[in-house]
Amino acid sequence: MLGYARFDSSTCTNIGAALTQPTSERPKEAEVAAIATRDITKEFAEVRAVDGISLTARDGEFLVLLGPSGCGKTTLLRIIAGLERPTSGQVLIDGEVVNDVPPRGRGVAMVFQSYGLYPHLTIWNNIAFPLRTQGTPRDEIKRKVEWAARLLGIDHLLARRPRQLSGGERQRVALARALVRDPTVFLLDEPLSNLDAKLRASARSELKTFQQTVRTATIYVTHDQVEAMGMGDRIAVIDHGRLRQVGTPSEIYEHPADEFVASFLGTPPMNLIEREGGSMGFRPENFLPKHLLNGAALVEFPFCVERVEYLGSEHILYGALDGLVAKREVTAKLPAHATLAGIAPGVRCMFAVRETELRYFDRDGRSARHP
Amino acid sequence: MTAITAVAPRPKSRFLLDRAEVIGPLFIAPAILYVLILVALPFFLAIYYSVSAYTIFDPNYRFVGLKNFTDVLDSDIFRRTLINTFVFTIGAQVIGLLLGKFAAMLLMQDFPGRGLARALVVLPWAVPVSLATLAWQWMFDSLYSVINWTLVAIGLMDPAARWQWLGQQDLAMIAVTVVHAWRLFPFGVVIFIAGFTSVPQDVLDAATVDGAGFWRRNYQIILPIIAPIVVIALIFGTVFTFTDLSVVYLLTRGGPINGTQVLGSLAFQVGILSGDVAHGAVICLFLFPFLLVAVIFLLRVLRRREI
Repeated sequence: MLGYARFDSSTCTNIGAALTQPTSERPKEAEVAAIATRDITKEFAEVRAVDGISLTARDGEFLVLLGPSGCGKTTLLRIIAGLERPTSGQVLIDGEVVNDVPPRGRGVAMVFQSYGLYPHLTIWNNIAFPLRTQGTPRDEIKRKVEWAARLLGIDHLLARRPRQLSGGERQRVALARALVRDPTVFLLDEPLSNLDAKLRASARSELKTFQQTVRTATIYVTHDQVEAMGMGDRIAVIDHGRLRQVGTPSEIYEHPADEFVASFLGTPPMNLIEREGGSMGFRPENFLPKHLLNGAALVEFPFCVERVEYLGSEHILYGALDGLVAKREVTAKLPAHATLAGIAPGVRCMFAVRETELRYFDRDGRSARHP
Repeated sequence: MTAITAVAPRPKSRFLLDRAEVIGPLFIAPAILYVLILVALPFFLAIYYSVSAYTIFDPNYRFVGLKNFTDVLDSDIFRRTLINTFVFTIGAQVIGLLLGKFAAMLLMQDFPGRGLARALVVLPWAVPVSLATLAWQWMFDSLYSVINWTLVAIGLMDPAARWQWLGQQDLAMIAVTVVHAWRLFPFGVVIFIAGFTSVPQDVLDAATVDGAGFWRRNYQIILPIIAPIVVIALIFGTVFTFTDLSVVYLLTRGGPINGTQVLGSLAFQVGILSGDVAHGAVICLFLFPFLLVAVIFLLRVLRRREI
């Protein structure tokens, strides 16, 4: 089953063929769990870095672990790779418990935040290293290294050393080195965080295309919600070592499981307003002047605008809701082309949210139905 | 307008120390003086002595050509000394750096009391060489040797035929080499610990995930990465050992029967104690070509290894 979805270089000497491999031939991936964790905990001294996380990444899936720095996502990734031992819980790869299997026996490939390239080896030898450790025959190594280098467009760099490469090129080398092993799963630890903003955007789409080409289950750690939303098939939101929510980007964004997820995603994040028995939330882009919303059931709020930010594609309005017991800071996001007639700092306007866009949370911050 | 012209011109010397061409030579001067007076002058003096018939009993600068050199080269003691110097230098480097590497690997591990262990390891360095050598002299003593006592106690040595550590030429050579290796050991440990900590964790983790076990990680990843640092340690250690005479002089005085003489101790013996300055200078000068070759060789390796 796995061999089918895994990218086997022996069948893909022709890269063009690899790129156009029809997806319809693949088995339904939903049933295949490439990797799973069961109740993983990890304690460092007195800190509980990972606190009972159970997750499954399906074969071919791009799963993103998203959370603020220090939330335990990298620790979880290192536990999956076998670089750390969990305090309790199990890691399963291909359905087998691998807690006692060393990293090299797990069939995982990892790309590190600073890439972890071997500075004393040429790019060729860097990519060949994992094959050498497996005792791969010489001609097979040559074939695979050249294949991976071509696929990632670094075949002209093979004679150089890592320090002679740019950040983007190093990242590709790290990917090529991960790729040649035919891993069951790719583990990527913030691989784009060392690139500048412009390069990051293009690397993001390249990485996604690459993953769709090789169809290998990928676990991608990031604290950047744009990366998570843009690349993930599913996103697992983690905070303080706990799994807050797993779901597709739209599920996570539209139906956050709790206040943390609601306030972690979105720029600006969801507005949360205290109410009896919990809180109520709405996204800034759904909080619009009343006259722009018509034909739907609305909830109206008097909004005192305090500041307007023009960001080119949109306006961000900062202000407070009037008339509520607790005055809460809220933001509204208006498309740049929307008219701002009558809206100015210090002015009180009628804003509204569609009832369907309102989210409710109970006293513990968990998602609740409309009371 | 008048106010501006009334301002007195600044004295030119006011910013003298801001000028690189003034302050540069000023700062480099002490170093140059040091090299000229304490390195270059004695070196040329030694060359001059080596071709003269200068002794402290007959201090004349009569030129004798290369006679002193042929005298020294014809001497059995000198040839023995030359071999000893190489055995001493290479032996002490190998033992000191190898043990240093293993100790560094142990000290990189996390265990209770690691801080104390690290501090203790540096001790051989901090102890004055004369004190340390005195302690070693007792350990190698013909009657009270704790080493022999241990070997007898565990049945590895015949009590009737105890080894005379400082009385047999080969054993005495081992003894001085071991003591010097013991002195170099902390240096090796510090160098290797510095090297190990300089290897990025990401690189080590990548190697682990890539399937490298303990040996491959150590000898294909870590060692090549820290090689430049180790080569520096090797240059320093070699130069220090090649020119060292303290351990030999304190432990055996070059004996028994000149069996442990090294270039430094023989030069001291001949040139200072016996007063034959000319021959002493010749022996000293033999240090120079070997050290020059060693340093050039190691620096070349270093440049090639640069990563």
